[in-house]
Amino acid sequence: MSLAALRRRFFGDALNGALTLLLIAAAILWLPPLFRWAVLNARFAPDVAACEALNRSGACWGVVAEKARFILLGRYPAAESWRPALAAALIAGSWLGVAFGGLRGNRVLPALALPPLLAVPLLGGGMGGLPTVPTELWGGLPLTLLLTAAGMAGALPLGIAVAYGRRSSLPVLRALLTGYVELARGIPLIAALFVASFLLPLFFPDGVAIDMLWRVLIAIVLFAAAYLSEIVRGGLQALRQEQLDAAAALGFGYWQAQRWIVLPQVLRAVAPSLANSAIALFKDTSLVTIVSLYELTGSLGLALSGDAQWRPFYLEAWLFLAAIYWLGCALLARISSATPLRP
Amino acid sequence: MQIRQSANRALQALIVVAVVGLFALLAVTTAEHLQQRGIRSGFDFLLEPAGFTLGESLLPVDAGDSTWLAFTAGLFNTLRVALPGAALALGIGTLAGFGRLADNPLVRGLAGAYVNAFRNIPLLLQLLAWYFILTDLLPAADAALRLAPGVFVSKSGLALPWWGDGGFEIPEPGGFGIDGGARLTPEYLAMLIGLVLYSAAYIAETLRAAVLALPPGQRLAALALGMTPRQVFRLVLLPQAWRAALPPVTSQLLNLFKNASLAVAIGYPDLVSVAGTSLNQTGRAIECLVIVIVVYLLLSLVAAAVSHALERRSQWERPT
Repeated sequence: MSLAALRRRFFGDALNGALTLLLIAAAILWLPPLFRWAVLNARFAPDVAACEALNRSGACWGVVAEKARFILLGRYPAAESWRPALAAALIAGSWLGVAFGGLRGNRVLPALALPPLLAVPLLGGGMGGLPTVPTELWGGLPLTLLLTAAGMAGALPLGIAVAYGRRSSLPVLRALLTGYVELARGIPLIAALFVASFLLPLFFPDGVAIDMLWRVLIAIVLFAAAYLSEIVRGGLQALRQEQLDAAAALGFGYWQAQRWIVLPQVLRAVAPSLANSAIALFKDTSLVTIVSLYELTGSLGLALSGDAQWRPFYLEAWLFLAAIYWLGCALLARISSATPLRP
Repeated sequence: MQIRQSANRALQALIVVAVVGLFALLAVTTAEHLQQRGIRSGFDFLLEPAGFTLGESLLPVDAGDSTWLAFTAGLFNTLRVALPGAALALGIGTLAGFGRLADNPLVRGLAGAYVNAFRNIPLLLQLLAWYFILTDLLPAADAALRLAPGVFVSKSGLALPWWGDGGFEIPEPGGFGIDGGARLTPEYLAMLIGLVLYSAAYIAETLRAAVLALPPGQRLAALALGMTPRQVFRLVLLPQAWRAALPPVTSQLLNLFKNASLAVAIGYPDLVSVAGTSLNQTGRAIECLVIVIVVYLLLSLVAAAVSHALERRSQWERPT
């Protein structure tokens, strides 16, 4: 780039020049102290005394080493740590596989739906010689990933069904489904989680006690399905009528045409929006900590709030967690831009 | 055709029967459970004393005041954080959106980093960080930081010049902290900062997408007419982009209202957290949650109506 072009970009006019100078000044003022705090003065070993001696002049990354198992796996029994680790690896692995191209076309949806189904017996145990671990003890990263993957796997079929239902010729069905979608989209997720926490137990008949985790998952599926149904409905409306005419000309029946002509095209077209919903759900799973399920955000609180020694280094542990969420979102965003459903 | 029509009718009747039956079953089971647990039902509890106080509130509410007053105070608290939040988010979001489209690579990079970071970290986690910063890292009230003349910030919040008992007051350091003026609590500030920065990042992205989605001919034609790049942006691109961005931006602002319900996590007494407290005290889960759901549905309806009106007002003027 020529010098003149550079000059125009950084000092094109008064406003531009002032902004450039302001940002350079801010960088000179703040970046060196930040670097000193995060790297030069920082302590990397899990040693409370050394961290306290810093008196906040440097970061205490030792808190991450000290609390990593608790933040990542929650209250899961330490002796069985390999099970939540494997469960998280299965789900994260399927996302990596789709994002980085190993998985394509028809295999994508089963590959994303299967790992959460495998993760449940792996975490729960009680078969194949694995000791039973109650769902209250599941937590950390595997729980965050499980809620996201299982939530999407449950919500997508339901969302597709609702989208079709809202196009049916039965006014009663249409009205009911429209009511459901508007209700779910109108309320905050916390309200839905409170319903799962306080109301669902009242609805179930006597003798049926369902764990909080499954009640929350039901709420998440119903909540997300309303959003997904709107995405799929948009895709169905955008599909050109000629596609159906051509299918009819070839002798396809209604359901045959939907299965082989309509749905594959619609899902491919709306795949980026579906991935955006997955990102939103991934972040929203942090709310389940409010109804006492300790996924990543909740286990951060559990790990530090009761520990007066390490609690002052909350910010460092927080940054570790923020980095995990950021990476998860980036991974899902990559799935969205790769539109992997393309054959 | 007639067979088909009557089949449809039968199917619809079946659906109605199934749904009504399901709800009836749920109602019967629920009523039984409530009776077993000795919980009365009905909205009469709204007229009884609340039995709890709110951490802060625009309306003065005591534990002895009736419960509906506490709910109203909670709704006011939601609006107190969401309305200024919406205005600030629009302003900051617009600036950041422009920043992402700027010629200057430094400005573009900074705006891009901001949008990227704040959109990809859960709002709840952001709120927890702001709350930690405001309550743990700031100095105690007797050693408050002076940000500007009469503006102090400390663990007990932000003190601002405001009208008090004795007319307009300027906060001053006193014996045990700051005296005079108005106080914003750390809970309120954490909610406001967190909601604004999170929503503004989304609004910035929406605006940027709207500008980039305009046909490139618009820019080229305006440049060919001799407009400067800044004129092109302000007079040609921006007005069109705003029209396209209006529906998604409205839905972002509605999300801000819904996200205000995360207040329960850091102890700001918004509507949802008042409902949660009342639910724990009275056990009337159905009634408390119905109130929350109805209020939020009404807010959504109002937002839809406002958005509709704005869209109609900003329609293209048709040549006559």
